[in-house]
Parts: sequence; structure tokens; C-alpha cells
Amino acid sequence: MRPSPARRPKLMDTTTPTLSFVDQYGASRDDLPGGALPWLCALRETAIAGFAASGLPTPHAESWKYTSLRPMKKLDFSHSADGAISIDSLPTLLPHGQGGHRLVFVNGAFRADLSLLDNLPKGVQAGSLADLLARDPAALEDTLGCIAGNDVQPMLALNTALMRDGLVLRIETGVTVPMPIEVIYIGAAPDTPRAFHPRNLIVLEPRARATVIEHHAGLGAGPYLANSVGEVQVGEGAALHHYKVQAEDADAFHIATAHVRLARDAFFDGFILSTGARLARHEVAVRMTGPGAECHLNGAYMLRGEQHCDITTAIEHEAPHTSSREVFRGVIDDKARAVFQGRIVVHPHAQKSDGHQLSKALLLSDQAEIDAKPELEIYADDVKCSHGATAGDLDHGALFYLRSRGIPEATARHMLIEAFLTDSIRRIAAEGLCPALIASVGAWLSRSVRP
Amino acid sequence: MTGKSAKKSQGKAKYMLEIKNLHATVDGKEILRGVDLSIAPGEVHAIMGPNGSGKSTLAYVMTGREGYQVTEGEILFKGRDILAMSPEVRAGEGLFLAFQYPVEIPGVPNTTFLKEALNAVRQYRGEPLLDAMQSLRLVRQKMKELGVTEELLKRAVNTGFSGGEKKRNEVLQMAVLEPALAVLDETDSGLDIDALKTVADGVNALRGPDRSMLVITHYQRLLDYIVPDHVHVLAQGRVVRSGGKELALELERDGYAAFTGAAA
Amino acid sequence: MAANVETAEQVRAIAAEKYKYGFITDIESDTAPKGLSEDIVRLISRKKEEPEWLLAWRLKAFRHWPTMAEPTWANVDFPAIDYQDAYYYSAPKSGSKPKSLDEVDPELLRTYEKLGIPLKEQELLAGVAVDAVFDSVSVATTFKGKLEEKGIIFCSMSEAVQKHPALVQKYLGSVVPAGDNKHACLNSAVFTDGSFVYIPKGVRCPMELSTYFRINAANTGQFERTLIIADAGSYVSYLEGCTAPMRDENQLHAAVVELIALDDAEIKYSTVQNWYPGDAEGRGGIYNFVTKRGACRGVNSKISWTQVETGSAITWKYPSCILQGDNSVGEFYSIAITNNRQQADTGTKMIHLGRNTRSRIVSKGISAGRAQQTYRGLVRISAKAAGARNHTQCDSLLIGDACGAHTVPYIESKNRSATVEHEATTSKISEDQLFYCRQRGISQEDAVALVVNGFCREVLQQLPMEFAVEAQKLVGISLEGSVG
Repeated sequence: MRPSPARRPKLMDTTTPTLSFVDQYGASRDDLPGGALPWLCALRETAIAGFAASGLPTPHAESWKYTSLRPMKKLDFSHSADGAISIDSLPTLLPHGQGGHRLVFVNGAFRADLSLLDNLPKGVQAGSLADLLARDPAALEDTLGCIAGNDVQPMLALNTALMRDGLVLRIETGVTVPMPIEVIYIGAAPDTPRAFHPRNLIVLEPRARATVIEHHAGLGAGPYLANSVGEVQVGEGAALHHYKVQAEDADAFHIATAHVRLARDAFFDGFILSTGARLARHEVAVRMTGPGAECHLNGAYMLRGEQHCDITTAIEHEAPHTSSREVFRGVIDDKARAVFQGRIVVHPHAQKSDGHQLSKALLLSDQAEIDAKPELEIYADDVKCSHGATAGDLDHGALFYLRSRGIPEATARHMLIEAFLTDSIRRIAAEGLCPALIASVGAWLSRSVRP
Repeated sequence: MTGKSAKKSQGKAKYMLEIKNLHATVDGKEILRGVDLSIAPGEVHAIMGPNGSGKSTLAYVMTGREGYQVTEGEILFKGRDILAMSPEVRAGEGLFLAFQYPVEIPGVPNTTFLKEALNAVRQYRGEPLLDAMQSLRLVRQKMKELGVTEELLKRAVNTGFSGGEKKRNEVLQMAVLEPALAVLDETDSGLDIDALKTVADGVNALRGPDRSMLVITHYQRLLDYIVPDHVHVLAQGRVVRSGGKELALELERDGYAAFTGAAA
Repeated sequence: MAANVETAEQVRAIAAEKYKYGFITDIESDTAPKGLSEDIVRLISRKKEEPEWLLAWRLKAFRHWPTMAEPTWANVDFPAIDYQDAYYYSAPKSGSKPKSLDEVDPELLRTYEKLGIPLKEQELLAGVAVDAVFDSVSVATTFKGKLEEKGIIFCSMSEAVQKHPALVQKYLGSVVPAGDNKHACLNSAVFTDGSFVYIPKGVRCPMELSTYFRINAANTGQFERTLIIADAGSYVSYLEGCTAPMRDENQLHAAVVELIALDDAEIKYSTVQNWYPGDAEGRGGIYNFVTKRGACRGVNSKISWTQVETGSAITWKYPSCILQGDNSVGEFYSIAITNNRQQADTGTKMIHLGRNTRSRIVSKGISAGRAQQTYRGLVRISAKAAGARNHTQCDSLLIGDACGAHTVPYIESKNRSATVEHEATTSKISEDQLFYCRQRGISQEDAVALVVNGFCREVLQQLPMEFAVEAQKLVGISLEGSVG
């Protein structure tokens, strides 16, 4: 059954950027993957209608209060990105020769030639979404779009409408994947600004265990918009370690929305290191739906120039005996601006839950800015929840101590900032990843010479 | 029953405490399986036993803590069945528990708490209530006898107290409230030898012909300082052996091995 | 200190006490017709014999009012207010203004006695000057003589407009302009009275200044306007405490309070609010929408807000401090208790503008029954506010599993040398704490009051003595029946 002919949905927002995305949808609808699947077409149609009605987010919406997409709206992202660009050297975070598994996406399209999927253990399916939609779509019908549920966030809707490809990872019951799975997303827009919308789906069946490392980088060729959505389901007793490094090009836009659902006794260990992009927004929504679920969300960000980084998280305790720990540390220099909005919600019957959240920011210059809004919404009484937020300069006492031992001020500052950031990094379990992350902190600091 | 009638009947009961065939469950699991125990006025009894034998459960059932179901048996305190009484009424009757892990109550100064408790018990007994000054005077007197500092009084109940300070605070409360029966739940846990001596001295100073004590402990060491009249071994929810203070030394030497699995 | 020691005694004594202030005074009222219009605004101004400039100020606000949108971002739910369905002016018909207490209508004095503030007794014992507001007109002002000796002005707003128009004109609306928000705008148009305080240079006000309010005639919104000016080097402590009778219709209370502290001056503003909260089903309580703001204009100036809120059906208030002067200090201490079906969205704003400014926020929220409580705070450090320091502590205590507590702090820092620290915790009264108290002979209800007062202690210590006592009583009454 063919879907009805394209019809432009009724618009309330008539700004050009929104319109051009809607037009892009209209023009490319018929050649988006899964065009013959009624459920997927319906999903896309609903999404674009929603996107058209609300338009690109503006600071009038409470959730986007501190993040304006104006710099992005100035560019025309209407042309779809080319995934066939040749790549000479692949940026990777894991030491060479470690073996392991790798999937590479260029401008949102899967590149089998650059990926390494030979040694996947039995019970692990890892591959391209586009490929799976063509081969075996039934496997996706009850997960794709379902984990994200009722979220009507415009960027998510845009992704649902325009998604072409992305990671699909499914790990069967009881299977442990010993080596980390590295997923690299490369953005390149050599001639004109491009947008791509990777759609990722990770499903861990009961008692499965895996580590996924997501690495976002650019080729330094021109501005692009990477608007990704991740849907993650961690089954009963399963454990997922998910580490994301965002090192996009300096003029790129990185918007990522992730929905994570944890079943009974599931464990999610998430980490984000955000250093790149002109504007980055990391939106993570975690729902702990079964008792005993546990969620750790940690991260660090380093900003300079006029960068803007927004980390917006929502952790929902929907069942008793669930716990969450969230710690974000950041360093902001020059005229950069960071936003941290962390919400913890404890539902009425989620007794004996505990949620703790901490945001610490260091401002290194007179024009740096931090806006933090840690939020607690508690409806159950037998719980322990706390949040904390600090913002300021380095500890002067510690600085003086180092200087009194003969260490020059610039070096002392460097040491303290490094210690501040690597505290978060050292908590992650994938030891193989730590050296690369710590090195990137060091590299960032050495480019920032401050008396 | 009011406090006044309780006073009248006190002289008549032979035993301060009589526990008869006590069975109790926690979370559906039976922990006490027929405990029998009798303590006469003026006596100090010790209960020892391996972990999981039900020592703390016994203390909580005696003082009426929620979450414990008594399925069989009775507890007579000064001749009266206390199982139907709420915790505060049992306290009014003269029952005191020195907790193993005294809880913190932030923002409530020790002086306030002591006055509250003192007056609650006095009201139950129909005695005149004390005002802040009178209460403080009484507390100061007891403090001197115990060697507790003024500084401890001003702080919030147990908040930021070291292990030793918490236990001394329990003994101070005991001295102020003057209970007829004091249950000491593992008072020695977490204390070094000096703290132990101080606490023991405080407890010993409170011994008297109208007061009984039940000292619950895992290690024999405490009993070198608080010398008991009788020692009982609690294993698998029952008193499996009773004796004099030498029994404690025997346990110290041989451990509990003979008793685990022994109770039928 | 002594107040805390008496806690449980008072609580026990009032254990069975219902809302004792719920009653209505039958007294002749001179009420304007219902509804809101430019004519009503002119009527109010004429009745009060106001100068032209003030009428013009009111009219400007009134004309601006329809253009403003009702704020909807607060986390409270209530039926839309029909502004035409209320009386905006109601004054007791007792002829011209009394020169001394002896001239005050005895019926009114009896009203005050029932409220527990017999003016004559207060005058003798407490040494507190009372500016008692009966509905829309100030009735009596005591201690004026003693204060006049020091040059302190403490009178009703109406009187200040007549006797000290230059001062009023200089400062009215300078901290909360009419266009600030819709409720403040309405207040600017139809305010009928309130307190005016001026402390001259270098003077330390020797007594606590206090005001009691009541809303009496049905459907009379209370729109009081208070202005307190502390000139260089002065100090004043001001108490505000409210009660209201039982009524079935919702009553709107949209007050505006403006505080100005000049160089080296300090203003301490304490509130114990005890409005009718609505019945257990949430019907008929007071809507309390207040705009309170303090401007620390001078160098080394200080403004402290201390509040204990246990009444009103819906509370929407954010006492704030604008820290303009270098080294100025803003403080906010609050206890908010919501029970049954009350809703509160309250907090504070600290705006750091000058250098080396400091702010301290301690917020204790207790939620029980089916109540919903939100703490909403803003700490904004502007780019020039070097060396600013903020410390915020928000703690919520939940009693029962049908209520909710929501903490939403906004922290905006644009200056690297500023230090902002925010901590929030949520907890419940633990079974262990209650059992510990009960094993010492303290009843369940007394134990709850004890633990809760301990939770609130840091804030209670900030209140002037007389208020601390009433506050502790209120804490106990408000939580009646919540645990068990």
C-alpha cells in the first residue's frame, strides 16, 4: 500500500529555517529508507507535522531558555549530506591494535568499508539501520520510535522525519561483549552546509552486558548539523556502559537527544565529554521503570571562544529502590557559555529511591558564563535526594599552596583544572578509553595559556 | 492503666521482667522461637550470642518497634503485659533502650530533647513537670557524675557525635530518665578500651536494688567491666544455656560453635 | 534560644486547637460598588484625599494593567480570577480619624482582642508599636510619639501621603515599578493602605515595628502597599503577621512591599503568615500573590527576609534582593508548610550587581497531605559583580506519599570571581527518629513536631523572639494529623 501523496502540513511557524527543513522532507520523502512500511511512514508524517507546528526551538520554551539556535538558523541546511566522501585517516579513541569492533558513519551514512565487524561474538547484531529496514524491518517495529515515547521535542521530531541511517545494536539474553564497540560519526560539508540525522537504537536483552563508545568528529571542512537521536533499552539485569566524546568541528552544530529506559535491576553508566562544536546540546532522558535500576550520568565539558554547550538531563525514578548519580564538571573560557539543566523526578510510588546530582563549573575568564538549573520534583516521601551546583574560580587556597611550593602560576592553574576534569574521567569503567580522554584534556589546556 | 497504678503494683511483682515463650517474626521470617527469660529487681543479666541469633530483635520486640510481629508468648514488665502498649507508654512504665546505633536528630539540641523526654515520662507518672531551668539543673548534676561535657549538651542529638560520644549520650539519657529496666543493645560496639571503661563506669553507677539491666553483647570484654549476675546464650532464637559470669569466659574461650545448630 | 526550649509544651497545649481566628466582625462598612474601573480608582483616591500626582500614578498603572499577561509559569493550579467580582474599597464607618486609642470604635478594638493583639495591652507590655489595618483603612497607630522623638516615621501609607508626600513620591514604585508584573500593576492602581516607615540617618529603631492585617468584608481583595526606607547608617526590624476569617469565596491578596537600604543601613523584615488555607478539600482559602523586593542601594547595606508561611490556599511570592551597593548583603530564610490541598510556589531572587556582594538563602519546605510545594529561586551574578558570594541551602521534608516537593533553582553566573554554591536535599522523617523519641516517652505527634522544629531550627533562630514563639505554634498546628 503506497502512502498518500506529499502534502505540506499546516504551519504556524513561518521562519525560513523551519520551512526549509519541511520542504526538504517533502522533496525527499519518497526516497527515505523504509518508504514501503506503513508504520514508518505514519511515524515520519506525524513527526514532520509536529515539527512544522512548533518550529525550531526558541528560548521561549522553558527547556531551551538558555540556548538560542539563532547561529544555526542563519545557515541553510537544506541539502542532504553525502555519505560517500573519502576518508584518509579515521579518528579513533582506542589504542591501535586492540582489535575490537567498529562502526563508522559518514554524514550519517553507514560505511561498511571503514567498519570492523568480523569478530562480533555470537548473539550480537550490530549494523546499519538502513540495511535492517530493507532486510528485516519487523525487528524494528516495536522499538524504533517507541522508546522515545511521547517526546515532542522539535529536534527529535525532525530526526524522526528525516532519518536515513544509524546504529542498530542488539545484544541477546545473557550475552556479554568483552571488547568495547566503537561507533564513529564523522561530519563533512566541504561545499555547502549540510545536515544529517543519525538514528541509533541500542537494545540489551536481559542480563546482557556491553560497552559502547560513541565518537563524534569532523573533517574540518565546513559547518554541518549533526542532529542525532538515540533510543536505548537496557533489559532486566543488563548493564550498558555508554561513553560519548563530542569533538565536532569548531563551526559544527551538534544536537543529540537520547532516551534511555531501564528495566528492573538494569544498570546504565553514561558519560559525555563535550569539547567541540559551535553549539552543542546533549539532551538525555532516563526512565527507570523497574525496581533496583541504577543510573550513573557523568560528564565533563571544556569550552572556549564563543562555544555554547547545553546539557539537559531528566532522570525519572518510576519504581522503588532505584538510584541515580549524576556529576558534571566543566571549564569555561573566553566568551563561552555553558548550560546545565538537570531534573530528577521521583514518582509517587518510587519509595526508597535515591538520586544525587552535582554540577560544578569553573569560569576562567571575565566573559565566561554558566547557567545552571538543577531541579528536583519529588512525589514520594521515603527517598533521599539531593542536588548541588557550584560555579566560580579555582580554589585560591589550593593555588597558593602549589605556588608556595615553587610551581609557577600558569602551571599550577593547569594542574588544578586538569585534576578537576579528570576526576570525572577516572570514574569510567572502560580503562582503555581513559588515556585518550585525559590526553584530550591536556591538549585543550595547553592551548589555553592564561597567566 | 495510668502511671499511678503502675507504681502501686511495682512492689508486688516478683520479677522485674518475665519473658515467656516469646515467638517473633520480621518480614515473615521467624527470628525468636520461644525465648524464656526472667530478671529480678536489682539484677544485671547478660545475653550473648552469635550474629543472627536474635539479640537485637529481642530488644526491639521488648520496646515495641514497628515491623516486628509477636506470634506467640508474652512479656511481663513489673507483672503487667506490655505487648499491647505503645513504645512511649512502655517508656513511661520505666523501660529504656540504649540503642546500638543511636540515630541523629538534626536541629534538636540535646537539652531540649532531654527535657521533652523527662517531662513526657513525668507526665505519664503524674509527677510535676519541670521547666527549662529545672531540667537543665538535673541534667547538669547527672553529667558531672558521668563526666559528660557541657559542650555535648548544646549540640543536636547525636549529630556529628563520635561513636563514643553517642554511647555516652545514651548513658546520660539513662541516668536522667532513671528507668526501672534498661536494655543495653551492644553498647560496646565501635568503642575502644578507654571509651568502653567510661561508658561502663556510667552504667555501673546506675546499678541499684530497684533497677535491672539486660546487657546484650557479642563479646565478653564488656562484661569484665559491667559484671553480670547471670549470663544467657541466645542461639537461633532461643535461650539455649544460662549460667553465672563464668559462662561468659567459657564462651570467650570456646566461641559459639557448640551452640550453632544445637537448638532443636 | 528560650523559644526553642518551649516548643513541645506549646505544641501540646494547642494540639486540639482548630483555626481559632476564623470569625467575622459585624461592623458597618463603607464599601464601594463591586468591580474594577477607572471610576473606582478615582473613588479610592478621592476618599483618601490624595494629591494629584498620586492619582495620576494610579491611573497610569490602571491603564497599563490590561496589557499585561497573567503570569502562568508558576507551578500552581487555580480557577481564573474574576477581577470584576470583588469590592476594592471597604472602610469602617467610624467618622474622622481617631486621635488616640480611646477614640477608636470599641467594636474594632474587640476584634483586635480576639486576634490576640489587644492594642492597650501591647502598648504596655510588649513595647511594640502596632499599625493595625482593618480592611482598607488604618485604624490606630500606637507609639507614634515615642518614635517621633527619634525622627522615625511609622504610619499608614495614607497618612504618609498626606504628611510626607516628598518622601513617598521619591521612593514609591522605585523598587517595584507598576509594570513589573500584573499583580503589582493592579496593586499600584488600587492599593488602599499599608505601612510607611522612614528611619533617619544613623538611627537604630529601638523597637520591633509590627503590623497586623485582616480581610473582613466578603470579596474584598487586600491590596496593601508598604514602603520602608532606611537612611544611611540606620537599622529597623519590621514584623508582618496576618490572620483572616473563615470565608467561602476565594480572596485575593496582592500586596507590594518595597524596601530601600542606603549606605551602611540594615532592614530586617519578618513575616509569619497564617491566612486561611481553605478546608481539607481546598475550598475557600486566600490567594496570596505578593511582590516583595528590597534594594540594597547603599554600600555595606543589608536586607534580610525571614518568613514562616503556613496559610493561604495558593501562595506565590518571591521576596528578592537587588544587591546594588558594593559589599551589600541579602538574606532569605524561609519555612513553608503546605498541608491538605495547599499549593505554594515560592522562593527568592538575589541579583548581584555591585562588587563583593553576598547572599545567603536557607529554605525549609515541609509538605504533607496532598499539598504541592515548589521552591523557585534565582541567583543571578551579573558580569560586573566581582567577588560575589552566594550560598543556598534548600531542604524539603515530605510527610506521606500523596504530596510533592519541587525545587527549581536558576543559577546564572557571568563573573569568574564569583562563587555560587547551591545544595538541596529531600528527605522524610525517618521511622528511626520517631522510634527513638517514642522510646524516650515522647508521643508520636510530639515527636513529629520536635523533629520538624529541629529541621526548621536555622530559620526559626532568625525570627524576633515573639514571632519565633508564634511560628513554632503554627508549625505544630499546620502538621496536625499528617503523620499516622
